[in-house]
Amino acid sequence: MTNPKLSRRGLLTGALVGVAGAAVAGCSTPGGASAEAPPGSSTPTSGTNLIGTETEQFHGAHQAGVATRPQAHASFVALTLHTDVDRAAAGRWMRLLSDDARRLMSGSVVLADNEPELGTLPARLTATVGFGPGFFAAVGLPDRRPESLQPLPPYAIDKLRKEWTGGDVLLQVCSDDPISLAHAERMLLKDSRAFASIAWVQRGFQRSAGTTEVGTTPRNLMGQVDGTVNPAAGTPAFEGAVWSRQPGWFAGGTLAVIRRISMNLDTWDKVARDGRELAIGRRLDTGAPLTGAAERDEPDFAATDELGLEVIPRFAHIRRARGDANGPQFLRRPYSYSTGPDDQGLIFVAYQADIAKQFLPVQQRLAELDLLNTWTTPIGSAVFAIPPGVAEDGWIGDSLLG
Amino acid sequence: MQAISTAARGRLQSIALATAALGLGIGSLTACGSTAATDGASATPSDAARSSEPASAGLTVTDAWAKAAESGMTAAFGTLTNNGSAPVTVVSAATDASDRTELHEMVMKDGEMVMQPKVGGFEVPAGGSFELAPGGSHVMIMDVKKAIKPGDTVRVTLTLDTGGPVEFEAVAKDYAGADESYQPEPGEMSSPGGMASSSSMG
Repeated sequence: MTNPKLSRRGLLTGALVGVAGAAVAGCSTPGGASAEAPPGSSTPTSGTNLIGTETEQFHGAHQAGVATRPQAHASFVALTLHTDVDRAAAGRWMRLLSDDARRLMSGSVVLADNEPELGTLPARLTATVGFGPGFFAAVGLPDRRPESLQPLPPYAIDKLRKEWTGGDVLLQVCSDDPISLAHAERMLLKDSRAFASIAWVQRGFQRSAGTTEVGTTPRNLMGQVDGTVNPAAGTPAFEGAVWSRQPGWFAGGTLAVIRRISMNLDTWDKVARDGRELAIGRRLDTGAPLTGAAERDEPDFAATDELGLEVIPRFAHIRRARGDANGPQFLRRPYSYSTGPDDQGLIFVAYQADIAKQFLPVQQRLAELDLLNTWTTPIGSAVFAIPPGVAEDGWIGDSLLG
Repeated sequence: MQAISTAARGRLQSIALATAALGLGIGSLTACGSTAATDGASATPSDAARSSEPASAGLTVTDAWAKAAESGMTAAFGTLTNNGSAPVTVVSAATDASDRTELHEMVMKDGEMVMQPKVGGFEVPAGGSFELAPGGSHVMIMDVKKAIKPGDTVRVTLTLDTGGPVEFEAVAKDYAGADESYQPEPGEMSSPGGMASSSSMG
């Protein structure tokens, strides 16, 4: 174990002794001591502008990876519990994952890491854990399952495949760097194999970090600006839509819906540009509603053209998704996937406090009528309860399992 | 629960029982050294507080973990740091997982790395550190009394040449490596070759 961090620890320990000596003379500052470290001894976290050194906070009222500005890369791993995993074992697992996540997110080396050099550049890495519907009964706590945490009802548009559906536990890992992400995923899974086996893995991407201005609404692989109507983190609308306020262990948690949406880009290719815009109800270039000029203009669903036809058609995606409710109903945090030219689409990820009240009505309307269904097919579906955040001395899920 | 969660964080606590024994003059340090020990990478506020207690603390243990094991032998690892101004030697170790715990080193014998008891113990230089790691020196835990499962903690007590014990908790990890071959002391076993293959950890 001669990794740079440990060497640095040695150096700083040496510096500490220097401080101790100086302390007798008059309290020199630790900053002065560390400045004496020889050039080249510092890790990259010491002050460059590399995005690799950027970090997200592990501790807080909510788990990271939900309100976090979406990183460029994501991995969603669903696991099936081993049959012998009870509440105590699940607690041991969650403690291990929590220590791993804390270290991975801060750029500290994970315990027992055989590739410690891969763990020092988090690039805003987040590791988020969720519990599927079957988790609660498995650990002997069936009555603690959030009521709306159930597999979505079947929809006529669905062609769900087993390999993308369900799961007892979710590991969601996101980072702006795919190497750091792959390493983090491996470390988390090494600490998971004693407790669960992999059910499915979905890897997705957005634009690379630095490609667009921060805050730019992403585009999906159909070319659409996708995510305009999303609550902004930190706003009351976000807090109310995303975080559970149910008293009890789940306060501060959220419910995730993960749907794998296959896109048929070959048939989408046959649709002319104006047809594409009518299908979504927005312009392709700016993302503005067909009744507006800018992306964030409110759509005018009552507007009609000179022939008396609705400018935003009945079948348009944004009309169907909006329904009767006002404002954002849940947080979308999707990632595109492309495993090959014939397998592309969207890992649709939505977070909400209550799936039944917030998500299901929208999904029902879209399943009944949405022209986009012509080119998209849900092929996977899973739901998970994301436990609340972790206190300084806590671990993921401690309010449930502790 | 507090102890377990702390250990799960991997920040091994060294309960600084050795402080009084070492008896370094520390009064002035506590007054102004409160952040001196943080290295920015893994130190927690409590780490800083302990270290600022001075140097007396002598030996601290961080990043401790153990290899999970169903039975047989296993090992504990971590970083021993000597905050004092004189070398400290770990002369023996005990754990709550076994009645037999040894200090081991890895050496090259007949072209392969084997482990054997470390004569004289682990010396941690003044102001320096000593790594316990797979493939290197480690605390060897023989004949575990019951399965050490991933996420369990093993309580380890080190005895120093300077006196008092240093205790810490090592969290058990599912680890595929550390399959060291055991080289017993001469005379302990009649067939070292056979032992080496039959006692592989893991």
